[in-house]
Amino acid sequence: MMTKPPSILELQELSKSFPVGGSLFGRNRLQVRAVDRVSFTVRQGEVLGLVGESGSGKSTLGRTLLRLMRPTGGRVLFEGVDITDLGRRQLKPIRPRLQFVFQDPAASLNPRMTVGRIVAMPLRVQKPAPPAVERAARVAAALETVGLSASHAERFPHEFSGGQRQRIGIARALVTEPRLLVADEPVSALDVSVQAQIINLLMEVKRRLDLTIVFISHDLAVVGQICDRVAVMYLGRIVEIAPARALFETPRHPYTEALLSAAPIPDPTLRRPRILLKGELPSPLSPPSGCAFRTRCRYALPACAEAVPPLQAVGEGHFSACIRPELALASPLAPA
Amino acid sequence: MTDAPILEVRDLAVTFRGEGGAVTVVNDVSFSVRRGETLALVGESGSGKSVTSLAVLRLLPPAPRCTIAGSVRFIGHDGRSRELLQLDPEAMRAVRGDEISMIFQEPMTSLNPVHRIGDQIAEAVTYHRGLGRKQALARAEELLELVGIPEPRRRLAAYPHHLSGGMRQRVMIAMALACDPSLLIADEPTTALDVTVQAGIIDLLKSLQAKTGMAIIFVTHNLGVVAEIADSVMVMYAGRIVERGDSVGLLQRPRMPYTQGLLRSVPRIDRLDFGGGVLPAIPGSVPDPGRLPPGCSFHPRCGHARPGACDAAVPALEEADGRVVRCLRWREIEAAGA
Repeated sequence: MMTKPPSILELQELSKSFPVGGSLFGRNRLQVRAVDRVSFTVRQGEVLGLVGESGSGKSTLGRTLLRLMRPTGGRVLFEGVDITDLGRRQLKPIRPRLQFVFQDPAASLNPRMTVGRIVAMPLRVQKPAPPAVERAARVAAALETVGLSASHAERFPHEFSGGQRQRIGIARALVTEPRLLVADEPVSALDVSVQAQIINLLMEVKRRLDLTIVFISHDLAVVGQICDRVAVMYLGRIVEIAPARALFETPRHPYTEALLSAAPIPDPTLRRPRILLKGELPSPLSPPSGCAFRTRCRYALPACAEAVPPLQAVGEGHFSACIRPELALASPLAPA
Repeated sequence: MTDAPILEVRDLAVTFRGEGGAVTVVNDVSFSVRRGETLALVGESGSGKSVTSLAVLRLLPPAPRCTIAGSVRFIGHDGRSRELLQLDPEAMRAVRGDEISMIFQEPMTSLNPVHRIGDQIAEAVTYHRGLGRKQALARAEELLELVGIPEPRRRLAAYPHHLSGGMRQRVMIAMALACDPSLLIADEPTTALDVTVQAGIIDLLKSLQAKTGMAIIFVTHNLGVVAEIADSVMVMYAGRIVERGDSVGLLQRPRMPYTQGLLRSVPRIDRLDFGGGVLPAIPGSVPDPGRLPPGCSFHPRCGHARPGACDAAVPALEEADGRVVRCLRWREIEAAGA
């Protein structure tokens, strides 16, 4: 037990539903379960990848676990403290240790503020806020951490390239010395030739500051490259979670297999079987009974409709929510 | 498949004029596309890839804000070669959506949210072919079926917001195919879609091409997608072609350091090492089209750049074994790597 670093984040059956439709005051409004009873633990210093398609609930999960949204069920424990029901004021002293990096730096940086003011903002809202001299010093340090210089603090966001703007977004997240960072598609709005720089930067600050990162992405190859563990989501639930190597070498859930097989590889001579999913993502308002993926799954049996399959251990730290653990599923990795 | 070219672009240059003066965003671009061929146009923001495709269809702002120089010859259904840059606006409208059509990245912004899907598809057929409403709707239903939309008759009455992103992109493709175009220009058609949906759209485009023999210009920044769909590839950087060739040769043995850098910096799902190692990133960022560095536009980011040579003049495009590359040092680099 001593060898494993302690857990920093624990989710217990975490759910987030949104009411939709119906009249404003009506009682019979439908509920969309964007996140449905998600449980996992993230260890100190770990990088956990969260993958899934649009509508899978990965972004909602990221926002709910940071308590940017109030969960509608289950619990969130951060550093052993239950933060599920804390109000704004009670969250305030904890906020600096939980930070978020947004997808689009152009949209998440106020164009009228200097970079220094943007990066200082998380410090200014603290109670008590650190004095101006200390704020300036910490802003300068954060800018240097992300490869910019202290003199950039006086400039405005539009004077920077997309990659540099994302560095500013990361500096803003780091200025409060967080312990846990949720990065939601932090490179997908950037030019391909600068994505690798930003990923390298995130990994470097992670090592340097012993950060824990929840990395939300649709890019499976990037997730495989940088994450220690990967969780795959489908319609609000985790269908598979495993150490990265195990997930890519021996996927155990048919949805993971389909997702991995669809990731394009820049080699036109490579001919590999691609699993085209049948039909559409079902409406989250009325998910299929039993396994939510069964309507598109080529291995589905009548029994799949009966009950929601629980996550079951299929290997060391490897869990899959499929009632057919005997399936031999394809890996995207080239044979060694 | 290897017929005569249907599109020949020569010395294309596009210049925008604004408050800050004139900026040439596409320069010295020449290429051709044959019937049944898919040409991928690869580049990042500011590379000029989208402007190049818009220039072919003359969908750029009018002069003097934007001027297009060079030649764009198109050989239509009737075998007649026409210079698109010289056509009057009405003749150009007759070509657009008929013999050449285009699909865009975000179908939601290209579909009219207040009109039914069926009517929107029928509009193109009515406009170009003069069909009546009933026949046009029948053609729309046929097209929806062709692009793999289930229950096409029922979908004619649907509004765009009833459909998922992937289905909307299929509707866009149906509209683009309404008049059997001989050239389809697809500008990042799968970028906003999930990978599983993207795979379906790529397969659809390939099967439609096999059926109709249309040529496709596929604009993208994703080299993985290029490998799946393209016969040939043209890589653009800062408004110029930097490398062009068949997709197998170019992706397996890229010659331009920029192409090499792009391929190296993106992790491949079949070759993950799980070490969490540092990715071989390209330093710096894409230059601003108004402030290009002297010489080779890529030299400030290039590990092979040689002072006094690469920063002196824009290197010429050099042809070798059917491929084209714009780099002073590609032979040395290839020899050293081999």
